[in-house]
Amino acid sequence: MSESFLQVRDLKVHFPVRTGGILIGQYSPLKAVDGVSFDLNPGETLGVVGESGCGKSTLGRAVLQLIGATDGTVSWLGTDLTSLDKKELIAARENLQIVFQDPLASLDPRMTAGDIIAEPLRNYRPAMTKAERRKMVAGMMERVGLLPRMINRYPHEFSGGQCQRIGIARAMILHPKLVVCDEPVSALDVSIQAQVVNLLMDLQRDLGLSLLFISHDLAIVRHISHRVLVLYLGRVMELADKASIYATPHHPYTQALLSAVPIPDPVKERAKERVLLTGDIPSPLYPPSGCVFRTRCPRATAICADEVPQLEQAGAGHDVACHHWNT
Amino acid sequence: MSDAPVTSNLRVPHSDALDKAADVEGRSLWQDAFRRMQANRAAMASAIMLIVLAVVCFVGPLFVPWTYEEIDWDLLEATPPNFELKHYLGTDSLGRDMLARLLQGGQVSFMVGILATSVALVIGVTVGAMAGFIGGRVDQFLMRFVDVMYAVPLMFFIIILMVVFGRNFYLMFLAIGFVEWLTMSRIVRGQTLTLRNKEFIEAARASGGSTTSIIIRHIIPNVLGVVIVYVTLTIPQVILLESFLSFLGLGVQAPMTSWGALIAEGAQEMEITPRTLILPAVCLSTTLFCFNFLGDGLRDALDPKDR
Ligand code: SF4
Repeated sequence: MSESFLQVRDLKVHFPVRTGGILIGQYSPLKAVDGVSFDLNPGETLGVVGESGCGKSTLGRAVLQLIGATDGTVSWLGTDLTSLDKKELIAARENLQIVFQDPLASLDPRMTAGDIIAEPLRNYRPAMTKAERRKMVAGMMERVGLLPRMINRYPHEFSGGQCQRIGIARAMILHPKLVVCDEPVSALDVSIQAQVVNLLMDLQRDLGLSLLFISHDLAIVRHISHRVLVLYLGRVMELADKASIYATPHHPYTQALLSAVPIPDPVKERAKERVLLTGDIPSPLYPPSGCVFRTRCPRATAICADEVPQLEQAGAGHDVACHHWNT
Repeated sequence: MSDAPVTSNLRVPHSDALDKAADVEGRSLWQDAFRRMQANRAAMASAIMLIVLAVVCFVGPLFVPWTYEEIDWDLLEATPPNFELKHYLGTDSLGRDMLARLLQGGQVSFMVGILATSVALVIGVTVGAMAGFIGGRVDQFLMRFVDVMYAVPLMFFIIILMVVFGRNFYLMFLAIGFVEWLTMSRIVRGQTLTLRNKEFIEAARASGGSTTSIIIRHIIPNVLGVVIVYVTLTIPQVILLESFLSFLGLGVQAPMTSWGALIAEGAQEMEITPRTLILPAVCLSTTLFCFNFLGDGLRDALDPKDR
């Protein structure tokens, strides 16, 4: 079963972007996600990290086919989601849910909390009576730490953290098998972030679901993930078990990201070797040739401009895409 | 899927919490808007005024001793207000009771306004929401069609309809409605386009909603505010359009009348009996004025951010 739970192979999402032309437009592909492959096992959390604009969110949406893939496959329990028609896709989504970044924007302002949480039930359990639905919604609200009495309130009457709990309740009410969390806590106050992350972990344990946890916050990813995937300009830089990637990051980009995370111990913090990233992310419209990270990489050499580094094994369950990872 | 074992995890004892305290009632955006609306005196006064006018027009004729088509054979000419003969506002040049005609004209004007706007509303919202939400070819096709329709001269279109099918009360509603939906559809499409990329629409799709159910459940309730404002601004336009048609002699058929038709009649005798022109003109402009004020007030109330 672990073989065919979720398998993403060479996934590409390109958006045509108008880059010139006055009457007849010239279009270039914006490679938001460019050849990403990974597996996800039942009950596992895969953290996806990277700077903003690296295609993390697009990747999450493409896995659920909320954005169509340009190429590659997303096979879910053995069926390729990219080949399904609309109806089959809707049926498949019963087990695939998503929690969004902006808690308020992801809730319909004209619906009550109860109606929002019940929406998946209305779509997938049409036979349910109103009372049954209400009972289930109330139970779910309690489960995510909301007072069931608030069932008739509207999103604008809740705080950001509470809105996110509503979003989580909506995603969990069908007991899905996979939930994509697209930066679920980055819009929240730091004090609330931990609560929401812990809630997600509790739910994961109780419901046995898999999470695809997208975030730019390495500390949170470290807390929640089993494995971590590092994305840069839509490509996988490094993919490894949590322990292994935090202890021995091989890719220069991962090293730079990790060295930017402050260590609570001031002595260690000062002694730490910093790898500073210079410059900005290049535009995904015109990615550098060869290794996409080469423009900012401290170890770049001539080969990096010519050849695209492939993912290679740097240890058990530790893949890295860099020509010079072991030098 | 088998959700029985998983469900048991979630069966937290919630029922007592539910029973003990009554549910907190939320305040929807509609209620908020209504509250803001109530604070707007001019808009509230307009709304009340319109309701009074409509009620008087539709109920009033029951209390007027004359009907709108009845000719007072004793007079057969324009008479000033005469309480003994129970012509409270006098008669027109044919000796028909002015008050009765004014009320009947009001009925027609209100009905044209509301029915034609409803036609425009249904077509406009459906087409606009579909074009905006589905996008792509459907959008292209529908919007090019709207462009083409815009290019058709409206008056010409209505006049031809009237000539071909004869003067027909309901045809007029349809004709006006068919013309007025164009702008409505563009407005709804624009709103839908901005909504389409909102996360809650994506969330609805992730929750298994089909296109139709998303349009009905999410898009329409969210564009409704703008639509309501536009409707209150369309009604006076339509009333005005009908008046214009009546003025040209293409509106309602005599002896039925509308405010526009009354103004046309009155204009012919305005030097002799200015009363026959002034009375319907005052009614018409008051109504239009109130609708515009109401529309403005609604706009302020419905999206306080956009001011
Ligand atoms: S391949 Fe070259 S440029 Fe890319 S990360 Fe490795 S060393 Fe840096």
